[in-house]
Amino acid sequence: MTTTAAAPPIEETRPEITRSRPQGIAVLPTLVLLLGALYCLFPVAWVVIASTKSPGELFRTFTFAPGVSIFDNVVDLSTYQGGIYWRWTVNTALYAGVGGLASAFLSGITGYAFAKFRFPGRAFLFNVLLAGVLVPSIILAIPQYLLLAKMGLTNTYWAVLLPSIVSPYGMYLARIYAAAAIPDSLIEAARTDGASEWRIFTAVALPVMRPGLVTVFLFQFVAIWNNFLLPFIMLSDDRKFPVTVGLYTLLNRGNTVPALYTLVITGSLLSIIPLVALFLTLQRYWRIDLVSGAVRA
Amino acid sequence: MTTAVDRVGRPVRRTTSRAVPYAFLAPAIVLFTVFLLLPIGYAAYLSFRRVQVKGLGLGPGSRIEVFAGLANYRAALGDGELWRGALRVLGYGAILLPTMLGLALLFALLLDLHRSRLRRFSRISIFLPYAVPSVIASLLWGFLYLPAVSPGQYLLRAAGFSEIDLMTSRTIYVALVNIAVWGGVGFNMLVIYTALRAIPHELYESARLDGCSEFQVAWRIKIPLVMPALILTTVFSAIATLQVFSEPTTLRPLTNSLSTTWTPLMKVYRDAFVRNDLYSAAATTMVLAVFTLIVSLGFLRLVQSRAFGQENQ
Repeated sequence: MTTTAAAPPIEETRPEITRSRPQGIAVLPTLVLLLGALYCLFPVAWVVIASTKSPGELFRTFTFAPGVSIFDNVVDLSTYQGGIYWRWTVNTALYAGVGGLASAFLSGITGYAFAKFRFPGRAFLFNVLLAGVLVPSIILAIPQYLLLAKMGLTNTYWAVLLPSIVSPYGMYLARIYAAAAIPDSLIEAARTDGASEWRIFTAVALPVMRPGLVTVFLFQFVAIWNNFLLPFIMLSDDRKFPVTVGLYTLLNRGNTVPALYTLVITGSLLSIIPLVALFLTLQRYWRIDLVSGAVRA
Repeated sequence: MTTAVDRVGRPVRRTTSRAVPYAFLAPAIVLFTVFLLLPIGYAAYLSFRRVQVKGLGLGPGSRIEVFAGLANYRAALGDGELWRGALRVLGYGAILLPTMLGLALLFALLLDLHRSRLRRFSRISIFLPYAVPSVIASLLWGFLYLPAVSPGQYLLRAAGFSEIDLMTSRTIYVALVNIAVWGGVGFNMLVIYTALRAIPHELYESARLDGCSEFQVAWRIKIPLVMPALILTTVFSAIATLQVFSEPTTLRPLTNSLSTTWTPLMKVYRDAFVRNDLYSAAATTMVLAVFTLIVSLGFLRLVQSRAFGQENQ
């Protein structure tokens, strides 16, 4: 078999390599990758099919036999407790969207200060920050609850939003990115032009840091969207729940009202659609190399 | 006012106010203090307190908080359920980490092979579950484990075999590991794959010329070179494993194999919010925090030695 167009040019200019390395499709690696892909798509395929089944069909018909009740299920879900499901999705978008944006901005300004200024206490403050990366946020959740309860902030939107804004890991990534992406000469030039420090940050540094900050935003967006314990302990009013906590309470009630299972499944499907879409559109802005330490801005 | 600017030559340094970096850091310092340091301090304080009841415990002033010494810690460490929970989490992690990271490394190496096909499709599909919150992932798999829903069980029944219960007190480990692998393998794969792509091709082109097989290239050259990324993903995954909470909590309504204290964190939750014993929950939290901190100290050493070379003059 001849080399396909997808092969990198380096192989075409060196025909002698082909002697020891037969070209063509590597069947086994391709199969293994395909198996991995199918494994990962399997529950997604199931939830798509399961949400087309009526509550009666869910536990009766074959797993992958589709039903025709998707429309009824969505209507049932939308009318359940006056459409509370949609309130949950709006809450989730609010928590993850606003929290992610605030977190990215905070990480940006903090990372910039650490990367581009020399000042007394810099090493100490950064070490404290790094220690914060190590303290798992989930272990903080209960102390945070106790403290916010003292401040009378539990069961408010703030209880979930405020703790989500602080991301030591995001600040750490932003520092790496700022150090690699912003040349000192750029800042010096802006200073000699008489720009204020705040203006240098917003007009010079921020645009350069944008790819890194998009990554921080995406990480934090996913982390907040994923976080279950924090809203679970902070909120008691189900009108403030994010979708994860809401679906969990529905599942719990499903023990006594099995018809709710269909709502849980339909709700799961509807809640992952926007996130998957977001991932597929934003994945080229997602700088994984920041994590693996191979950043070359 | 004269500005001594020489744009072509050396720019004249204007002294920037010393307060500038601190002003930039102020919001982070305030939020960090309020939402990290204070809660930890408050939990530490509570862990040394207890409630003393006077008389019948009725009316104001009959319940007062007093210093408890190490009593809460003695109680927390003396509770066998905490240790059993810790053992369960360690067992879960011992299956999860090698499986997930082994698969992530395998997929990353295969993606890096130019002769593999459908690489883009596979990469995106394997990464996709990262977009699914762990509660929803547990929910989907939880249903798929039920005998009435699982296609595997359906086939077993059709072939005349008995069903396999995927959620007994033993198989629940596999059930939980599967959920975590499903959600985490793609992200770790991408981190390792990105590190692989950063390796200059010349490094293994000559090995290939010398007749090394792809397996030898992977084993002798690629894996040693992506070791930092592997260590990093291992540490992050280990930290995440120690805090496992949402998966077992979500599966609980579907099985009897998971107690309310299945993991240490679940026990903390129960003590604090079901039993309203904040003091013992605070002591257990402190124990867990210290333990996690010790485990992840390696991470601190790892990241400090790298990544900041380019900014120090």
